[in-house]
Amino acid sequence: MTPGLIYALAGVALFVLGLAGLILLTSALRRILAFNLMGSGVFLVLVGLAQRDGGVDPVPQAMVLTGIVVAVAATALALALARRLVIPLEKTEK
Amino acid sequence: MIAWPGVPLTFVKRWLVGLSAIALGGALMRAILDLPAVGVDLPGAVAANMAASGVEHPVTAVLLNFRGYDTLLEVAVLLLALLGMWAAAAPGETAPTQVADRDDPVLRTLARLIVPLMILVAGYLLWAGAHRPGGAFQAGAVLASAAVLLHLTGLLPAWTSPRLPLRLGLAGGFLVFLATAVFLLGEGSLLRYPPEHAGALILFIEAGLTLSLGLILAGLFLVLASLRARP
Repeated sequence: MTPGLIYALAGVALFVLGLAGLILLTSALRRILAFNLMGSGVFLVLVGLAQRDGGVDPVPQAMVLTGIVVAVAATALALALARRLVIPLEKTEK
Repeated sequence: MIAWPGVPLTFVKRWLVGLSAIALGGALMRAILDLPAVGVDLPGAVAANMAASGVEHPVTAVLLNFRGYDTLLEVAVLLLALLGMWAAAAPGETAPTQVADRDDPVLRTLARLIVPLMILVAGYLLWAGAHRPGGAFQAGAVLASAAVLLHLTGLLPAWTSPRLPLRLGLAGGFLVFLATAVFLLGEGSLLRYPPEHAGALILFIEAGLTLSLGLILAGLFLVLASLRARP
């Protein structure tokens, strides 16, 4: 059981936690957070699995770096859309 | 829906989902533990081509050279997300928030001292990316947090509608990257740098990316901040 493998297993736990949250929670904000948790789990699995034999693999690290930035952008867009869900368009057009 | 008499449906649903999630987690962990050894030697392939990449840090080499098109598309996605946020705002909904009401001299002085240092750190990270952990994304994140800090201390208003200089800044990194890719298309394939100019080209692209990523990431915050509260 190398540290990399432990990270990957923890990533699976985060992913499953986020998935259950996405199904069970009703508030849009909490669902966005749960979805983010799933994404973090996937990143942890990617990076952890790549270095389970001790060596560091730069390719998954670069992919995860890309993924983190895209996840930030997707979260911001999701927040803007969730806000539109709470405050419908006709209310703001006066 | 089937529910036992006297047992609330949400209770059943919660247990059902919880148990299924635990089962899925167990199966996934089992799969990870049983995974066969890796067939392709990616770290070896990266190490073998490092000399031709123009930089000395493997992650930067993968991001900007070996898989440069991923990064190109990623910046496009970021730009699209910001445009989407603007599109989701109703016309006339964005308004400059009150920035002058929080008059905290200690906080403002601290922000004024720290922000120049953050810009310096961003420049260092950009330069350091060639041979140690760092690069355009980290530098852009530091720039964006400097902008957020300025907004939170009331020194920078939220963005309402961007004018031409800001639009150019937001799209500039992507355009520089795209122009380089198109220019190099004449050499044979997309984003294959000639080894002798690779280092300079990567630094050029990264400099543009740092500025644009900083502005875009700051925009993700400042656009949300400019939307008026519930009417």
